Amino acid sequence: MKNIWTIAKREFDNYFNSPIAYVVAFAILFPVGIIFSIIMFSSSQQSSFGGPAPTPDALTNWFVILLIFFSPAVTMRLLSDEARMGTLELLLTAPVRDFELVAGKWLGAFLFILLLILVTLTFPIIMDNFVEPGIDMKVLFSSYVGVILVSAALIGLGVGISAIFTNQFAAFFVTFVLFFFLWILVGVPAGFLEKGGEVFRYLSINTHFFETMNRGTINIGDIVYFLSLTALGLFVGTTAIEIRRWR
Amino acid sequence: MIKVSGLTKDYGARRAINNLNFDAQQGEIVGFLGPNGAGKTTTMRILTGYMPPTDGEAIVAGYDVVEESLEVRKRVGYLPETVPLYTDMVVFDYLKFMGDLRSIPDVEDRVDEVLDMVGLSDRSDGYIGNLSKGMRQRVGLAQALIHRPEVLILDEPTIGLDPGQVVEVRKLIRDIGKDRTVLLSTHLLNEAQNICDRVLIINKGKIVAEDTTENLQARLIGAERVILRVRGDGDELAKTIKAVKGVQGVETKEDGAVEFEFTSGKDVRPEVAKQVIKAGYDLLELRPLGMSLEEIFLELTGSDSKKK
Repeated sequence: MKNIWTIAKREFDNYFNSPIAYVVAFAILFPVGIIFSIIMFSSSQQSSFGGPAPTPDALTNWFVILLIFFSPAVTMRLLSDEARMGTLELLLTAPVRDFELVAGKWLGAFLFILLLILVTLTFPIIMDNFVEPGIDMKVLFSSYVGVILVSAALIGLGVGISAIFTNQFAAFFVTFVLFFFLWILVGVPAGFLEKGGEVFRYLSINTHFFETMNRGTINIGDIVYFLSLTALGLFVGTTAIEIRRWR
Repeated sequence: MIKVSGLTKDYGARRAINNLNFDAQQGEIVGFLGPNGAGKTTTMRILTGYMPPTDGEAIVAGYDVVEESLEVRKRVGYLPETVPLYTDMVVFDYLKFMGDLRSIPDVEDRVDEVLDMVGLSDRSDGYIGNLSKGMRQRVGLAQALIHRPEVLILDEPTIGLDPGQVVEVRKLIRDIGKDRTVLLSTHLLNEAQNICDRVLIINKGKIVAEDTTENLQARLIGAERVILRVRGDGDELAKTIKAVKGVQGVETKEDGAVEFEFTSGKDVRPEVAKQVIKAGYDLLELRPLGMSLEEIFLELTGSDSKKK
């Protein structure tokens, strides 16, 4: 466990030396900030006509969509770059289990995303001050639990794919295609199929976040879905490292 | 401390190392000598737990490299050939990270200690990316030493260093080798001659010779070659020497010196000296020409470059 933390800490610190991290932080936080302003502005216009109070679910909604686009940039170099630079040789000859290495990398990237999530919490807090009797805390809580779970799963899958490649751009591309698939493409057949569409629906992130947790319901099934994806990513990463040793 | 038996590794269809057997004791510096691609790095990677062998067994510091890989890795310090380092990290932070991975108590004090050992104390807060190749090599060495390993495995430790640094690093390795086991690979023969107690010569994945550098020389030289020099040009010198019984392969050099051989054990040097003086020459030099490790190496690896 200590090794996981040592690796995670180095990775987390390392983000603040890398331009990619700042670009990703900007690319996620800036649009979310804009959306927040638009929501506040339009609801202030409408409130004089008795329009609905602003809700923060659009923010978490957009945060996850932006995460699908930009989190591959956070995970792409985690293990692929170690392999390219040769530093993997030192990590693999240090007394660290392959799983600890992969989990450490995951934790480092996850903490970075968690930091971004924490920053976005300021928006609902501001919103809360302008709404009587306050925003729906239950929805806020469930959507943030959802955001955290989605992040864990996406980072997990990203780390796993990063372990397979030596080229970080290959890792980025494959990760992005997978996320896009899980977000939109996998749900497409569900609309056409009379039977079995449920299976495709189950695999989609839509079913487990946008349509449930982001609207205030937390199901055990949704939690299991995201934790399974996280575990799958870490498993793929660990296996890829083991295969690397045998080659 | 290192015991290797029947070690074999295949990369696909290519056999990188084939049935290696050797051992190394505590307090011994063993040199792993061979041309590029002979299997040195492969062997070291197996011994450090980086990858498993296809066949055979290796015991390092009392543990099996496959079954108890983590225990082996705790006790081995490894400097890979390319010295992979995080160029965007500060030297001190990097060594602290490597120390943390090895759960060293009071890691910061230990980092200062190893930095002092490799002579990099003044660069401890500089970025690794800004260091010269020789300094990076020493950071790599510091990383390999940080946990006071019982076994030190160094892949080409002096490559890319300037002559002054080479001397320093060799001295450092010799000091460390006094009470620990060091296995180092090199393709520099004089380096092996210089620091190693024992040399393993490896070619095409097989050990072709294993002995101390002195014994290797003695074993391979059936005949001893001697050079003899006199004052003046000594036109008839070769003839005089040839006349002595037991002298073979007489050869006059451009500068007038004469080289000859005799079968080991039948030393003809006193007789040659007597005859040369008797013939009225002023004898200046009579010196055995030890076979250099280069020649031994070429002899054993059967390299074509031997045929001049």
